[in-house]
Amino acid sequence: MKLTLRVWRQSGPQDKGGMVEYKLDDVSPDASFLEMLDVLNEKLIASGEEPVAFDHDCREGICGMCSLVINGTPHGPERATTTCQLHMRKFKDGEVIDVEPWRAKAFPVVKDLVVDRSAFDRMIQAGGYITAPTGTAPEAHSTPVPKPDADRAFEAAECIGCGACVAACPNGSAALFLGAKVTHLGLMPQGQPERWDRVVSMLDTHDEEGFGGCTNTGECTVACPKGIPLDVIGRLNHDYLKATAGGKKR
Amino acid sequence: MAADDTTNGFYRTGEPIADAKAPAGAIEERWTTRKFEAKQVNPANKRKKKIIIIGTGLAGGSAGATLGEAGYHVQQFCFQDSPRRAHSIAAQGGINAAKNYRNDGDSVYRLFYETVKGGDFRSRESNVYRLADISRQIIDQCVAQGVPFAREYGGLLDNRSFGGTQVSRTFYARGQTGQQLLLGAYQALMRQVDAGNVELFPRHEMLDLIMEDGRARGVVVRNLIDGEVKHYTADAVVLASGGYGNVYFLSTNAMGSNVTASWRAHRHGALFANPCYTQIHPTCIPVSGDHQSKLTLMSESLRNDGRVWVPKKAGDTRRPYDIPEDERDYYLERIYPSFGNLVPRDIASRAAKNVCDEGRGVGPGGLGVYLDFADAIARLGRDKVEAKYGNLFEMYERITGENPYDTPMRIYPAVHYTMGGLWVDYDLESTIPGLFVIGEANFSDHGANRLGASALMQGLADGYFVLPNTINDYIARNSLPPVAETAVSEAEERVRTRIERLLSIDGDRSVDSFHRELGHIMWEYCGMERTEEGLRKALDLIPALREEFWTRVKVTGKGEELNQQLEKAGRVADFFELAELMVIDALHRAESCGGHFRAESQDEDGEAKRDDDNFGYVAAWEWAGEGAQPVLHKEALNFEYVKPTQRSYK
Ligand SMILES: Cc1cc2nc3c(=O)[nH]c(=O)nc-3n(C[C@H](O)[C@H](O)[C@H](O)COP(=O)(O)OP(=O)(O)OC[C@H]3O[C@@H](n4cnc5c(N)ncnc54)[C@H](O)[C@@H]3O)c2cc1C
Ligand code: FES
Repeated sequence: MKLTLRVWRQSGPQDKGGMVEYKLDDVSPDASFLEMLDVLNEKLIASGEEPVAFDHDCREGICGMCSLVINGTPHGPERATTTCQLHMRKFKDGEVIDVEPWRAKAFPVVKDLVVDRSAFDRMIQAGGYITAPTGTAPEAHSTPVPKPDADRAFEAAECIGCGACVAACPNGSAALFLGAKVTHLGLMPQGQPERWDRVVSMLDTHDEEGFGGCTNTGECTVACPKGIPLDVIGRLNHDYLKATAGGKKR
Repeated sequence: MAADDTTNGFYRTGEPIADAKAPAGAIEERWTTRKFEAKQVNPANKRKKKIIIIGTGLAGGSAGATLGEAGYHVQQFCFQDSPRRAHSIAAQGGINAAKNYRNDGDSVYRLFYETVKGGDFRSRESNVYRLADISRQIIDQCVAQGVPFAREYGGLLDNRSFGGTQVSRTFYARGQTGQQLLLGAYQALMRQVDAGNVELFPRHEMLDLIMEDGRARGVVVRNLIDGEVKHYTADAVVLASGGYGNVYFLSTNAMGSNVTASWRAHRHGALFANPCYTQIHPTCIPVSGDHQSKLTLMSESLRNDGRVWVPKKAGDTRRPYDIPEDERDYYLERIYPSFGNLVPRDIASRAAKNVCDEGRGVGPGGLGVYLDFADAIARLGRDKVEAKYGNLFEMYERITGENPYDTPMRIYPAVHYTMGGLWVDYDLESTIPGLFVIGEANFSDHGANRLGASALMQGLADGYFVLPNTINDYIARNSLPPVAETAVSEAEERVRTRIERLLSIDGDRSVDSFHRELGHIMWEYCGMERTEEGLRKALDLIPALREEFWTRVKVTGKGEELNQQLEKAGRVADFFELAELMVIDALHRAESCGGHFRAESQDEDGEAKRDDDNFGYVAAWEWAGEGAQPVLHKEALNFEYVKPTQRSYK
């Protein structure tokens, strides 16, 4: 396949950055999007130019490290697919493809297509866990979990923390990410004792980190490579209201 | 070649390893004994003790969370932007535990027995018993953390069976068990970060070890965002840096997985054990072309319901459903009737290679066999199959563009896991005092072949339960003065010099092109099947390519910035040195063992022939300096409980 790529290049956080055009003329339709960028980088290195920096690791759609806004859509055109699992057969020969980093105030660009997503970790630090010190756990079968709850908790727990929801949201909100964690832990009997504190401190951290408010546009769930459903945000709001009405606001 | 040949020109033989420090006595009691004998650190003093952990996968994450909770001051590093992205996240199939929830006769002893046997009698009984015992506690711990394991309608945990076993003891969370377990450990770790017990350094790469008085006292790291080289000192250092399968370039490992942390420690005196033990996984998506950067695993749980076959006739290019039943060869069911499609990985991998070598492989290049779900769909219905394997089927379709509900999957073996790693004793301490190694980075529990669902178990056993009990003893017994400045500056200097050297070559070949070529040599000559001739050839090719690397590689950019080419170059440079040691190890081990089929060592049926009399030991290699022959130290393996027998799955 022949392709024209317009790639965001930015040498560092202080640099203004801009789109640069590259042409590729021998792309295999079986290559993944990242493998196509590997080919571009090999070409750039051969001609003495600096390769394009982008994040990736597992290349299996599970680590959440890859990002990229492709033709204006986080993770590109295919539904429920990470960039590393997007294959070039989904594009047309001769196509022009725009490649940009996640755009969000809370995700500053580090270089080219690499952004800083450490705010996600800080939200988890604020309460996205169950306090279960090692070695103190009761026998696993002592707390049955109804299968429907376990299944729904699992679906929410599938979030890979990639940040596509934030990149897709006009407000740069991380409500889907938060909702997924709050739902996962809140559905399990083990997660009940800390349920109300968790939602309040995670949401407060969310706001402090510079993520925007959720106005229910639903773009997040469309962009989510794991198909995390929008109703986790409903649950987030519900739990937050219930918690704060109960006087848990710090 | 005799096992103790010292003059073959590739290596020297040194002193045997006398003691791996497991307590004596009945195997059931050893771990209790060890814990009782260990000295404790006064809780009030723990805060003043610093532990560095490299890695945040299942092993490192669980260790950091537990040591932080115990009150130590932990500094934890990983090269990804978040601990949650460690390679462990990708594990699909499940985690074993001897809970006997199925009432199918499982027990700690059975899990122990099968693991020792499955490892082809090249692991340690004491370690494996401890692992099997702890397995039960791991499930309790993870459930308490809220890990959403699969459940039955009654609300109890579900299980499935996995390659190499006939009992149902594998716990799973759909095809994403590693993800869910890792998130559990990650969340526990984040809690300790919030509590101030763990300091987190994502996007930092360890590039050297700080040594003083023969002890590990810290690390030199490069901040991958701005390139700054920094040092951190501590009372003890833990490597939880994962495996080195990426030496083959194509593997199922995450792209960043590498050997650097272990290799740098090896160069300071940590022995490297059984480096050639590489697990080849039978069910991966075959290679599709030159652009390919990695291989994707299809969980082996698929073999519970999928049937493996190839056409009976060589060169049969008909579409799978045009080939009638009686012209198909369900070769695993035919050759291994009692295990059928569930034979262990080494057996399934080699059987696939054999049928492809006979020209009966399917798909492009003939390097593939079918994994067929037609029977399962007919028997269980599409919905049931989808509920069990849906996400794996989707993944397959995305990568290949083929729909596995309509046409059988194509699979082929690929490099997956490395059983070799830094040598550790029963306490998980390496031969460098104060340097502990856990998870895939150490060598101890899997022998020559790892059974499915046992790496997750080992990573978590090490991190949650073993290391936190043994590291106390080291810290309590040693009074460690502050680290001298010279030790630190020497280590930093080594790192800077190496970075400058890589940047100054300014050659004309990319890092990846070298890595690909190295990987090709390794797969060809040190892969599933090995011959003395091939290994000797690799020993000519690798040093030559390495020399070329150091004169022709082109690393763009500067050191003081985010520079992914520089990161890769450092890793590939270490892979070159490791590759050579792997080949030497494979060459000296003139037996077939686990996944390592040495063509010269087979029985009349073409099955692998192990040679316990000459090779019933762990090969632990000492670095003797650049260009010098490595020194082989043997740790004899004694089997008191599971008597070595030839494995048979027929
Ligand atoms: C696709 C796939 C499926 C699998 N399925 C299963 C399964 O079903 N069951 C099972 O039991 N096992 C499975 N495995 C194997 C298992 O996942 C791994 O062996 C295990 O997770 C390794 O864990 P770890 O903690 O030792 O290392 P990793 O998870 O690899 O973690 C390594 C860590 O070290 C860090 N690191 C490495 N080097 C450095 C450095 N120099 N400086 C700083 N940080 C560094 C990394 O950033 C990372 O945090 C699977 C593996 C793969 C690839
Ligand atoms: S690289 Fe891991 S999700 Fe894409």
